[in-house]
Amino acid sequence: MEQVNLKNSDFERLETRHDDAEKIAGESTSFWKDAWRRFKKNKLALAGVVVIIILGIMSFLGGPISGENYYENDLIGSNQPPSSEHWFGTDALGRDMFARTWYGAKISLFIGLMAAFIDLIIGVIWGSVSGFFGGKIDEYMMRIADILYGVPYLLVVILLMVIMPQGLWTLIIAMTITGWINMARIVRGQVMQLRSEEYVMASQSLGASNVRILFRHLVPNTLGPVLVTLTLTIPNAIFTEAFLSYLGLGVPAPLASWGTMSSDALPALQYYPYQLFFPAFFICLTMLAFNIIGDAMRDALDPKERK
Amino acid sequence: MARYLLKRLGFIIVSLFFIVTITFFLMQAAPGGPFASERKLPPVIEQQMNEQYGLDDPLYEQYFDYLVNIVQWDFGPSFKYVGQSVNDIISRSFPYSLILGAEAIFLALSIGVLLGVIAALKHNKFGDYFAMVIAVLGISVPSFILASVLQYVFAVKLQMLPVARFESFAHTILPAIALATTPLAFIARLMRSSMLDVLHSDYIKTAKAKGLNERVVTYRHAIRNAILPVVSYLGPLVVAILTGSFVIESIFAIPGLGNEFVVSVTNRDYTVIMGTTVFFSVLLLVSILIVDLIYGLVDPRIKVAGKGDK
Repeated sequence: MEQVNLKNSDFERLETRHDDAEKIAGESTSFWKDAWRRFKKNKLALAGVVVIIILGIMSFLGGPISGENYYENDLIGSNQPPSSEHWFGTDALGRDMFARTWYGAKISLFIGLMAAFIDLIIGVIWGSVSGFFGGKIDEYMMRIADILYGVPYLLVVILLMVIMPQGLWTLIIAMTITGWINMARIVRGQVMQLRSEEYVMASQSLGASNVRILFRHLVPNTLGPVLVTLTLTIPNAIFTEAFLSYLGLGVPAPLASWGTMSSDALPALQYYPYQLFFPAFFICLTMLAFNIIGDAMRDALDPKERK
Repeated sequence: MARYLLKRLGFIIVSLFFIVTITFFLMQAAPGGPFASERKLPPVIEQQMNEQYGLDDPLYEQYFDYLVNIVQWDFGPSFKYVGQSVNDIISRSFPYSLILGAEAIFLALSIGVLLGVIAALKHNKFGDYFAMVIAVLGISVPSFILASVLQYVFAVKLQMLPVARFESFAHTILPAIALATTPLAFIARLMRSSMLDVLHSDYIKTAKAKGLNERVVTYRHAIRNAILPVVSYLGPLVVAILTGSFVIESIFAIPGLGNEFVVSVTNRDYTVIMGTTVFFSVLLLVSILIVDLIYGLVDPRIKVAGKGDK
């Protein structure tokens, strides 16, 4: 080992400066910046985001790229396996599966996003009002939610689909009619926790109205758990749509969704398995991506829960 | 305890009342009469049919009759299958669903808990990743796709198991797996995170410090405490199995109640739809109550009776 000769002159006494201790070395980060930093570390979740973005873009570009459309029948060219002409093959009516798959992506993603969005609006209003005012109002509002919650979600959706005319919006309304309850419960819990915070009291003593306190101070602070619930609602809605289509209660023809496409592929599964493969693969991929993103967001927004 | 039970039962009855009322009026609002078919019936016959089934009474009378009948557990006749009552249909088909559901619940619980425990014990090692990949896939692959794929691979291609119907134990294997997968994945994730929580708690350290061996610590101290969230998941588990049975039973052509419900929906057989809905709701509300009671028994920290009364 090399000998290091240290002389006294190598050491220099630093002048202590008291104001140095007060200096903040790093750049200050907000809660959201912090969350984003944690989210970025999760490579799988970033891959999930990329997948969703690609699916979203392809849902618009897919049809034009292939030069086919989703509704045109070609009975002579039906049930063709994937080829250079029809990249994903054709279905029993000779419709191009590639164009249909991406058209289905548009419908499936639209249903998922729309259902989540409506859930968000109703759930946040219901939950925050219930949690903020408490007492009798809370009790009645939550009783109503409890009764709706007692009936299984899919059962309600199926019953509503029976009585309403088939269509895209029917499906979305049926899904949101009980779907918001989960969101309302989460928002309520958060608001109840937050309403005793000092900043609420400060705002109150400055004479802010209840509505202002609710929507300027409380609701924005519930955003973390709400976002997580939202990302997990989307795959749920996509799954429900596929499930209903499978039972013949989904979007009516000639509209295509991944659910109706898989359901159409079933009778001839033995002979044309590729007809099930493409829509099923994309359903799984989308649900996988949203689930991974949701999990990563929960980890990022709630560091205590990190495993 | 008795007061709590009464309160819960009262709540169940109120919920059921709402469910019955809502389904009744929903079905009234449904387009098309129960006898609407491709062939138009002569008005005289339609008149007679309506009289026979009490459909020409005023609405409030029909509703009241229906309520009285429901209280007596009588769901009325089926509109599509002449001579069969909804009660017949339920008692004929429910045993199939019950057997299948029980198998699926058993599978989901045993394998789900096992995977979760393995994942937690091998945290951030191969076992963990393996279990979590299965769990994430289980959540992402819809049950009906899994069912079709299982049927195609194991029954059609490999011919290892029967394709469909419900005649022997071998017939139940594929549908039970398809039905169990999604809840299994949920249970595995739940078990993993609660097990990780427990493994970091002080009493586990104490148990290890006392020199207990790994097995005793895991089985006697860790799993027993970590399983509590899984117990509270039993309610949603019953829901998942029940609604899952709609598709799985129709894919595997099992004459169970889920299949019957789907058929009645496509047939627009309103009394059967109402009857099965009410039956499903009773089943669910009661099983959720039982789960809550079990939860109180398993976890002494939770007092079922609430404050004040013991």
